[in-house]
Amino acid sequence: MGDRMIEVRGLHKRFGDHVALRDVDLDVARGEVVVVIGPSGSGKSTLCRCLNRLETPDAGEVRIDGAPLPAEGRALARLRADVGMVFQSFNLFQHRTVLDNLTLAPVRVRGLSRAEAEERARELLDRVGIGEQAGKLPAQLSGGQQQRAAIARALAMRPKALLFDEPTSALDPEMVGEVLDVMTGLARDGMTMVVVTHEMGFARQVADRVVFMADGEVVETGAPAAFFDSPASDRARDFLAKVLSH
Amino acid sequence: MNVITDHLSEFGDGLLLTVGLTLLSLAGALVAGVVVAAMRVSPVRVLRAAGMVYVETLQNVPLLVWLVLAVFGLPEIGVMAGLFTSSVVVIALYQGAYTAEAVRSGINAVPVGQGEAARALGLTFPQSLRLVILPQALRTVVQPLGNIAIMTLMNTALAAAVGVVELTAAANRVNLAEARPIWIFVTAGLAYMALSGAIGLATGTLERKLAILR
Repeated sequence: MGDRMIEVRGLHKRFGDHVALRDVDLDVARGEVVVVIGPSGSGKSTLCRCLNRLETPDAGEVRIDGAPLPAEGRALARLRADVGMVFQSFNLFQHRTVLDNLTLAPVRVRGLSRAEAEERARELLDRVGIGEQAGKLPAQLSGGQQQRAAIARALAMRPKALLFDEPTSALDPEMVGEVLDVMTGLARDGMTMVVVTHEMGFARQVADRVVFMADGEVVETGAPAAFFDSPASDRARDFLAKVLSH
Repeated sequence: MNVITDHLSEFGDGLLLTVGLTLLSLAGALVAGVVVAAMRVSPVRVLRAAGMVYVETLQNVPLLVWLVLAVFGLPEIGVMAGLFTSSVVVIALYQGAYTAEAVRSGINAVPVGQGEAARALGLTFPQSLRLVILPQALRTVVQPLGNIAIMTLMNTALAAAVGVVELTAAANRVNLAEARPIWIFVTAGLAYMALSGAIGLATGTLERKLAILR
């Protein structure tokens, strides 16, 4: 019980007439890397966004490290600070330098001194390989560098878990590798991760567990080798045939 | 030309009052505008409604009516304030409604992902507004704010109607003595043009300096 970092029970979410999530349950253990795959419109991004309540579920419960996610206000903000998120479109703060992107929340939310925050930020930028870009504005970086900066920004809060919402989908193909390398490193270091992605190679090599979603439901879940080699459901088989055929 | 040179001190005093009215009202309008725009995008329904009522009420009654109402109405309910102070407050609140709408459009122009990233990092709504959204929103609305600044300058002339001897009232007084309306009001007009030209230049410079690289 105590080793569950993320617990999702009975999650429902609808947008108008469209049901995005239908009674979804999910457990992510401490240090586990769960990769969520599925066709577009299957609800995987919505699930990811419900985990830190960027999307408000209509029913169901999300617990982070045992604590139920508060509905709103300061308590929710505090809990979000512990759950990092990396977006498809990077979402770096456009008006601030890369370094300031990394120090903003640690200073304002965690109450770190500017010097402490900058020291930690520079370490993280070095770790993701863009230490030289600290003084630049996000728009002056390549997509791959921006996404690595965004990962560093999430890490600067020393989160208990990291959520990735299609982190490589907006990248030029030659930049996908550098971002996946950083993510693989984090997984090796024991970070708890939920990764929504279309990168099947990453899922196969890095995931502890693969969750396959379709039509707002978790259809199948299992170890990557078993899932990719012999999926149990027709829908997973169908999906894999389409994405792995070329 | 003598009508102008003979009355330079009246024109000078009027011009100073006009500049004073403009700068003070503008500062007030900016504060009111940012606060009201923040209310209009807040997650709290009561604040959103209050912000909307503010904008609709202020915008839908002419400034002159507000000025007359304040100058004659406030003493009735026991609020005593000088003509200049009353005018500054009324013009600031009135222009604040327009400023709020400009700022709100700037807020809406900031990509949604910026606010989501801020909240995902644990910033509260007020923090993400203050530290992430508003700095970007204000930079995109420098030009409309410049227009509001010029509009504010022009609207200070209405204070003449409630007894503030700013540039227009000063010109009018000189004209009552000299009866040379063309010379006198063309001079006043040129002074307004010079002031709004300065605002335009400042706006352009600010816009270039603050542009966000995307």
